[in-house]
Amino acid sequence: MKCQKCGKLATFHITELTNSKPVEHHLCEEHARDYLSNSSGSPEPVGNLAAMLSKGSPKPVSVGKAADELKELDQQTCPVCGMSFYEFRQTGRLGCPNDYDYFPKQLEALILNIHGETQHIGKVPKRAQKGTNRKTLLIKLRRDLEDAVLYEDYERAAVLRDKIKEMETECQI
Amino acid sequence: MFTGGCEWLRSEGDDNDIVISSRIRLARNVAGFPFQTRASEQDRKAVCAAVAAAAAEVFDKKKYCCAAVDAFDELERAYLVERQLISRELSQSPGTRSALIDKKEQFCVMVNEEDHLRLCAMTGGFAPYKVWKRINDIDNKLESKLDYVFHRKYGYLTACPTNTGTGMRVSVMLHLPALVISKEIDKVFRSLQKVNLAVRGLYGEGTQPAGDFFQISNQQTLGKTEEELLEKISTMVPQIVNYERQAREYLLKERKEFLFDRCGRAEGLLKTARTIGTAETMHHLSSIRLGVNMKILDGIPLTVVNELFLNTQPAHLQKIQGKELTSSERDVVRADYIRRALSEV
Repeated sequence: MKCQKCGKLATFHITELTNSKPVEHHLCEEHARDYLSNSSGSPEPVGNLAAMLSKGSPKPVSVGKAADELKELDQQTCPVCGMSFYEFRQTGRLGCPNDYDYFPKQLEALILNIHGETQHIGKVPKRAQKGTNRKTLLIKLRRDLEDAVLYEDYERAAVLRDKIKEMETECQI
Repeated sequence: MFTGGCEWLRSEGDDNDIVISSRIRLARNVAGFPFQTRASEQDRKAVCAAVAAAAAEVFDKKKYCCAAVDAFDELERAYLVERQLISRELSQSPGTRSALIDKKEQFCVMVNEEDHLRLCAMTGGFAPYKVWKRINDIDNKLESKLDYVFHRKYGYLTACPTNTGTGMRVSVMLHLPALVISKEIDKVFRSLQKVNLAVRGLYGEGTQPAGDFFQISNQQTLGKTEEELLEKISTMVPQIVNYERQAREYLLKERKEFLFDRCGRAEGLLKTARTIGTAETMHHLSSIRLGVNMKILDGIPLTVVNELFLNTQPAHLQKIQGKELTSSERDVVRADYIRRALSEV
């Protein structure tokens, strides 16, 4: 994606939320700096993830979000694995496959930065994929079971255990 | 323990004076389990068991070993890292994890590394397509028994978005001493960066270049087919090989005395040293390798030089001696081992 101001590669993707409708800006590093220094909110340092993901990379990688939005975003937690976006920004590693769908916009911008593309066109597994999404649900059920045991809610734990067993047989894990 | 094999080291294959080896790794994750950061011990054990069961069905049991990483002691793990059969991360990270290693050392599968599965295949010389055929076949076989996590948009999903899509990293290890001597290497790095290829040290990510060895690999894994990624590396590597050859010719023509002196001194030093560290060994072996390939030094086979690079690494030396050694003891043993190897040829 190109910078709206100069046509260089856009490495910052900023969503402005101050107006009633969110406005998106796609900018190169130089123009993003200009933009952020002129806007009221101070930019959140995106250094951690950027530094890590760009280690050995020729171009800097960043999530490029304005401070407020980033703060709000950081607190969002994937319902399947419990990973928060903040945690991802700190470690650079996701918690489960569902994260890719749960943080779609943020990850799409990041993936575009890293790869310059957002659509896989390579190899596709031959095996039928129909069970894969159901299997992602198993991740959540197992986590719920751990919680139920931790809080000594044995009635719920029993129900969850049966459900997990049923799904495991169905998916042949 | 693996003592034979190590096909990548046998100095066979195309352009083997400059290209040491070609490797490809594929990152895969098993459906129904969280990625490593969120995996419980139970999840890790289940993934290891699922991979072991799938491998037992699709591979010839006589031809590979499958073991828990913790079954190896610290020295054995370091030995496997030096042979590039497992990564430092797999060797050192906590929790249940396993390694499946082909006895000929042509491929390995790391389980519960950054991703559930890291499939690697390797061979000597410049042969990315041959390695792709090998790794693709292994991937197809495992995939017939395992459900991989696959996303319509992002392809094979991985713990880190830098690997998603094909999950494929093609890397070619090059020996570029003449470009280092003539200080042209930075130009090569800059041109590679422009086309989005990464340069790493001998043991991959985060390691320093030693012995003038460099690994060139693709950064992009999404939005290109596997064939396109192979083509990019296959186009760039011969250019670097040519550039190194030109640098060698230049040194021979313009700096002949310096070049002969450097190679001769390296041989003399390694044939007489009584104590020597790994870094100094790598430095001089690199000059000897250059001298052998440029026919400046006679009578040392390339395989002997290549083996010395590996066998003088700390864990290999201790394995050969059959006991643990302190750093200073290793330096003495290393010098002794090199002297014998070079006097026997």
